[in-house]
Amino acid sequence: MKRIYVNEEWCLGCHLCEYQCAFANSGMDDMVKALKGKTIHPRIQVEGDNKISFAVNCRHCSDARCVKGCISGALSRDKDGVVVIDTDKCVGCFTCILSCPYGAIMPSSDHSVVQKCQLCMDNASGEPACVKGCPNRAIVYEERI
Amino acid sequence: MLRDYLYPEYEAVRNSDLCIGCRACERQCSNEVHRFDSDLGKMVSDSTNCVDCQRCVCLCPTHALKIVKSDHTFKLNANWTQEAITDVIRQAGTGAVLLSAMGNPKEYPVYWDKMLINASQVTNPSIDPLREPMETKTYLGKKSEEIQRDRNGNIIPETSPQLELETPIMFSAMSYGSISYNAHKSLATAAEELGILYNTGEGGLHEDFYQYGPNTIVQVASGRFGVHEDYLNAGAAIEIKMGQGAKPGIGGHLPGEKIVDDISKTRMIPEGTDAISPAPHHDIYSIEDLRQLVFSLKEASDYKKPVIVKIAAVHNVAAIASGIARSGADIIAIDGYRGGTGAAPKRIRDNVGIPIELALASVDQRLRDEGIRDEVSVVVGGSIRSSADVVKAIALGADAVYIATSALIALGCHLCRSCQAGKCNWGIATQVPELVKRLNPADGKERLVNLVHAWTHEIKEMMGGMGINSIEALRGNRLMLRGIGLTNKELEILGIKHAGE
Repeated sequence: MKRIYVNEEWCLGCHLCEYQCAFANSGMDDMVKALKGKTIHPRIQVEGDNKISFAVNCRHCSDARCVKGCISGALSRDKDGVVVIDTDKCVGCFTCILSCPYGAIMPSSDHSVVQKCQLCMDNASGEPACVKGCPNRAIVYEERI
Repeated sequence: MLRDYLYPEYEAVRNSDLCIGCRACERQCSNEVHRFDSDLGKMVSDSTNCVDCQRCVCLCPTHALKIVKSDHTFKLNANWTQEAITDVIRQAGTGAVLLSAMGNPKEYPVYWDKMLINASQVTNPSIDPLREPMETKTYLGKKSEEIQRDRNGNIIPETSPQLELETPIMFSAMSYGSISYNAHKSLATAAEELGILYNTGEGGLHEDFYQYGPNTIVQVASGRFGVHEDYLNAGAAIEIKMGQGAKPGIGGHLPGEKIVDDISKTRMIPEGTDAISPAPHHDIYSIEDLRQLVFSLKEASDYKKPVIVKIAAVHNVAAIASGIARSGADIIAIDGYRGGTGAAPKRIRDNVGIPIELALASVDQRLRDEGIRDEVSVVVGGSIRSSADVVKAIALGADAVYIATSALIALGCHLCRSCQAGKCNWGIATQVPELVKRLNPADGKERLVNLVHAWTHEIKEMMGGMGINSIEALRGNRLMLRGIGLTNKELEILGIKHAGE
């Protein structure tokens, strides 16, 4: 399946992906309205420093530990292999946060449920916003074997 | 000193209503213009070190930033301009030669913009390049004067070594050191895809780039950096750099801070030492000496590669070119005074040399008059800004053009003219690893390929409009040009008629 990959060699640590992610998932049509004066809760997060940096988000593991460990059945893999969250079912136990080896699942802004990257299939972006907004093509959306 | 304080020439202006405080500008500015002030709880800018490279403007996700020319002014004076006063203050404070970069930015005439291209109407048909063949392929090198036959009357097909270009555009010399590894990789891979050539410049050839040899011109300059047998045989042609349009008559100086790791290895000089290219080649003081070097290089490369001699456009360029044509060189490259550089003394850049348009016209005419035009191909550079400039150059007599500033702009350069500082925010004119990686060569290659494809399409359109279907038929076809707003003397040198004639 097509996944979001980050080429560490080209990641500049500019953190713009985080802002594009937060905007895409805000449901608003203007980045200033969506993000000005707010603390963002992006589903992709840049790790590292100025020299080596790397954006991390959900790997959509084929044998996903978060899905296996979810006590309420809120996490599942859809027919395309995307690991998705049903927030109506999520009880906020955070078991998935503990079990994710990549730290790619995090509490939502109000801490009631969890949130994770769903490849922007759950918002109006149409394609992964972090990929579109990366200034150095460090983040790519492609099929790899 | 306080009395030397100069108000910033350009100011970074932030629209606070739009700024979301993502700090991308702060992270991306190597000149430390932007920072987050935690006391004020907002982003602030100090424009003192702003070079107007536009990196922050481009990356700001909400377009909250712009750079404006400061309206701060000294008392207006048509003679003592802001720049003239500022330069005196700077030099009084430092006692130093003023350094700058890229091409001559002064308001001298741009002759490309004073020439107009012809088109067919009624009496000769124009050609639609989308429906009919249109040849942009170009060969550079010495052309045979006559057809040679062997004893049985069969044509002898061997010619002097030729360079084959899919379109009459090449990337001109920029050394590894003056520009980054990723910039070189972008140029090399783009040249390969486009079927054209790029030029190593005088810094040698990185071992990773030997694979692009068929699309490489290797340069031999006065510093002889990185020159060895394998290097000379690695490329498709060898260029002897006698001069550079941005700084005719002087050498080069790449500071020791830029001679790091691979650059030191590639240049074959110790790490941290200054790379100084002398003003002259110390073994060339005449055309005869030049001939010796031309043939030494031919000998070293088994006479398989054309030798290019590159000179800056200066006052006696036609006579110099005539000498070069007789030195055994296969190609003459001429670099106009608007050609770029990674660093040059500002006074030299702004005051030495002549426009490439005039130099080209006089060289082409001189070589024709002397009956030796076919002995050499002529390549011109020094501010070819668009496909129209290419068409005009070829109509004036050039075989092909060299582009470098245009190529750098395609890679992200915004002509801030601060290459000498080594802190290029676009990852081009820098060796700082965190900055170099800002230029992803996959992206760089694609943008260069796009640019040259776009120009080639436009060249075909313009040729078609003139009813011409090959570069061959356009070359030296000065009847296709008319001058506008030029004096009789200028028209005479350019060898063209005035519009309306």
